[in-house]
Formats: sequence, structure tokens, C-alpha cells
Amino acid sequence: MISLEEGGFAIFLVLLAFACIIVAGKTFDQVMAFHAGIGALFAAVSVFLIFKNYFDDGGEAIPAEIDGKPNYNIGPIKFGAVAAMFWGLAGFTVGLIIALQLAWPALNFDLPWTNFGRLRPLHTSAVIFAFGGNVLLATSMYVVQRTSRVRMPGKILPWFVILGYNAFIVIAGTGYLLGATQSKEYAEPEWYADLWLTIVWVFYLLLFLGTLWKRKEPHIYVANWFYLAFIVTIAMLHITNNLTIPVSIYSTKSYIVWSGVQDAMVQWWYGHNAVGFFLTAGFLAIMYYFIPKRAERPVYSYRLSIVHFWALIFIYIWAGPHHLHYTALPQWASTLGATFSIILWMPSWGGMINGLMTLSGAWDKLRTDPVLRMMVVSVAFYGMSTFEGPLMSLRSVNSLSHYTDWTIGHVHSGALGWVGYISFGAIYCLIPWLWNKRQLYSLKLVNLHFWLSTIGIVLYITAMWVSGIMQGLMWRAYDQLGFLEYSFVETVEAMHPFYIIRALGGGLFLLGAVIMAYNLWMTVRHGEAEEADATPAGSLAPAE
Amino acid sequence: MNETYSAFAGFAQTWGLLYFMILFGVVLAYALWPKNRKKFDDASQIPFRED
Repeated sequence: MISLEEGGFAIFLVLLAFACIIVAGKTFDQVMAFHAGIGALFAAVSVFLIFKNYFDDGGEAIPAEIDGKPNYNIGPIKFGAVAAMFWGLAGFTVGLIIALQLAWPALNFDLPWTNFGRLRPLHTSAVIFAFGGNVLLATSMYVVQRTSRVRMPGKILPWFVILGYNAFIVIAGTGYLLGATQSKEYAEPEWYADLWLTIVWVFYLLLFLGTLWKRKEPHIYVANWFYLAFIVTIAMLHITNNLTIPVSIYSTKSYIVWSGVQDAMVQWWYGHNAVGFFLTAGFLAIMYYFIPKRAERPVYSYRLSIVHFWALIFIYIWAGPHHLHYTALPQWASTLGATFSIILWMPSWGGMINGLMTLSGAWDKLRTDPVLRMMVVSVAFYGMSTFEGPLMSLRSVNSLSHYTDWTIGHVHSGALGWVGYISFGAIYCLIPWLWNKRQLYSLKLVNLHFWLSTIGIVLYITAMWVSGIMQGLMWRAYDQLGFLEYSFVETVEAMHPFYIIRALGGGLFLLGAVIMAYNLWMTVRHGEAEEADATPAGSLAPAE
Repeated sequence: MNETYSAFAGFAQTWGLLYFMILFGVVLAYALWPKNRKKFDDASQIPFRED
């Protein structure tokens, strides 16, 4: 007998396929026709897979335990880890292309699809939501199952979450290239993509809560608290910042219900908390699981992690208005945002100390294990960018830094250093665990990856500091008569060498990631299999 | 306009401050409560207890 879950998803997806076909047929908007086509294809293939799976295994339920051990569901995690690596390479490549476009504008090729304005959101979404998002989905599914010592619920549900999320990425990314955008930074996807993501995200929350609900471990490990805060808050932010009314269901265009400065405030409340809860809380969860696991020592202070968690989530949510200094937003609101940003120093550094001190007594491992070194350097970058951020949120510093490359440098010290490195570390750990390999193909290649990308990051952020501060100073320079000393184009000319250095840094970072992908491929293909029962507490996970 | 501002600022600087202080106090007390020490030391071992 087909289960309620299988039947329910099949009916939902059949209805979705029909709705997409109707929209694709009746729309006057070519982008909508294309996206409805993708939607119909995705839904139809999913229905086929549900039934194929049902007939292949004869409708038998998958055992939750095998020989008294939890039968962890690792298929969707494998997919997420591979997707993360794929999107990472794509996103870093697009980043390099737009860095080169800034240095040599001819690389825009005078085509609408390849101009900077369309490729830039493609880059940011690919690295944050496609790469980072798949890392978070994969690691959260892994960590919540392991630390709850239970298989995650559902047969279709985990696959729906991971495949549905990646379908959203495809819709969003192709939309940017074809010119469909809401023009909200980090929230560019149009209304139908947002709606789809909302559905996927609610199922993700149910999957996560369902796993916690079934847990065999009485205490919920701290990493799961951070993952949960990430999932819940992103749902709240995404819905509030995307309350749009489409022109027609046959059109890609929509209008937001917020207007003027309220819209700006909602956007940056969203924008900063995407940093706080997607790029911080989610990846802190990775830190709290993967660093102890790799270092083989418990987190430095579990009690500090509790204070870290509650302080971070209650303070971050207020910091958004610091993006709107010197705008139509009342001054008290942006001052409030800056005040909370300064307060954030405490939980940020508390968390950083907790991550770093986990290695206390085992610092020698930094010399021998480049994966652990990558994760520890990541936490150091976290400390650095969370120190810099609150400084930049102050009105006086912001008046110099805002709208300049300094912001880009700051973002990348967090994105490449913190988010990138902790993700690389987690993937380097996960791949051998998931494919049941004793170790990575080559630690020497990890070492090479580490040094190439570290030099890349340093080149990137120092170039942007110099270029950004110079740009800010040139904008505010006056001559004796009170006229502006420089025209805008003079600042652009002055920044040219730094744009080349930045592209070089980005190129090294991409090269490191290519080496990583090769290393992981060789691990999966040719790595030595982990012996059965070699480690009693071991990392052996029976596949489906 | 100014009255709205001072009312809001007044509220934030008193009740807002109190709310955050109390919240922080509760979290700190929960984390540092001597009776909870064993529970948290035990919880920190969860990643190493997997099957």
C-alpha cells in the first residue's frame, strides 16, 4: 500500500505540474513560460521518482534501526554535499568574472545576460544560497540525526527538501540572467520563486523538528539550537521581506506591500539578519559540531555556548538599521541598530573564543591536520569580521565606508574567510564519513588549497581596504574654494590597480576550490574503504 | 514628532534595557547554575556518543 506521505507528495506535485503547464501555456511573459516549464518538468520527474521508488522497493518501509543502531538517512546529505561543491565552483567563477568586469568593463560583452547588473546577484545568490544553503542543509541533516541518534523522519520528505531547494536555486539563478528580479539585495528572486522556497522551507522546518521530536538523546545538542534558530528566523525574514503582489499570475513582475522607507527598513532588517542567521547562526552550528569532532575534544565551554546562543539571537535581530545611516530612516532607528551592533561584539567574541579554545591542549593538530587548520582560521576570520562590522556600523565610520569597496572587503572577509573556510572544513570531514572512506585522498592537496585560498583572501581584503578607504577619502575631498576635488570617474581610475589585485585574489580562491573538488572526487572514487567495525563508536552508516 | 521620539527613546532606555538585563540574567543563571554543571558537561560529549 502506498503511504500517505508518498501519495500526498505525488498528488501535490501532479497538481503543481498541471498548474505550471497552464501558466506556461497562457502567459505572455517568456521568462514565466520558461520557469513554469522548469517547474512542470521538476514536478513531473519527482512524481515519476516517487512511483519508481515505490515499485522498486515494493512499498516496504525503511527500517529506522539496523542491528540496534540507527539507520541514518544519508542519501539526501550526499546530494547536498555534491550540490554545494558544484554551486560553490559556479558561484566563485561568476565572482571572478564580475571582478574582472570591474577591472576591464569590455568583459560585459555588451550583452544583457552577461552584464554586471545581472551577474552580480547571480554571484551573491550562488555563493550564499546555493553553496552556503546546500552546506547548511547537508550538515544540518547530518548533525541532527547523529546528535539525536535517530533516523530523520520520512522517505520522500528529506528528498523533497533538498531537491526542492535546488530547484529554487535554478529558478532564481536563471531568472537573474533573464532579467527577472525584485531588485532587493539578497532577496532578488521574484514572487513565484519566493512562494516555492516558502513551501520547501516549511517542510525543512518540519523535517528538522520531526527529527528532534524522535530523538533518543535527552539533551538537544547546542549545534541543533543554532540550526533551529537559523531555520525559524530565515522563514520569518523571507516571508516578511517578500510580501509581494504579482501583477498577474502569468507575469514575473510583482510589487511589494511595503512602501518607501518602511520597505527599506524591512529590506535591511532582512538583509542584516540573513547575515546574522543564515551566514552566522547556521555556520556556528557547523563550528559547534565539526570542530569538536575533528579535534576529538568537546567544545571548550558548553555553558558559554548557551550564553552565546541566547545572547546572539536576541541581539542580532535589532542590528539591521545600521545599513540606513544618513537616509530617510529616522536617526534614532539607525542609532539603535548601531548600538546593538556594538553590543554584538560580546556574543560574537564569546563564540569565537569558545571555538578557538576547543583546541586548547591540542594546538599541535593545527600543524598536522590542514582540515582542522582551515576551520580554526575560519573562526579567526569570524572574530576579525565581527570586530570590523560593529565599527563600520558607527555613523562616523559609516560616513567614510558606506557605498565604498570597504564594505565589499568586509563582506568577503566574512564570506571567504568565515563561511567559506568553515564550509570547506565541514565538507572535507563529511565526504569520507558519508562515502565510508578511511580518510581524504590527499592531505597535501588540502594544505595546498589552504595556502592558495588564504593568500587569495588576504589579497582580496587588503586590496578592498585600500581601494575603499581611498575611494571614501576622494569622495569627501574639497579644494580651498569648497568644490569637490575629484570627479567620480577619477576615483574609478584610481581604483583600477586594486581591482586587478582583487581579481587575482579571487582567482586563487577559485583555484583552491578546484583542487578541493578534485581531492574530494578522488576520495570518493579511489579512497580506501573504512573497515567494518574498525571503530566501535565509528562513523559507519548503513546506506539505504 | 519629537514627542514620539522621546516617548520611544524613554521606553527603550528603561523597559528595553530592563528586558535585556533580565533576559541576560536568566540565561546566565541557567548556564552557570551549579546543579546544571553535570548536565552540560554530559551534553558536551554528545558528538562522541554516536552509533
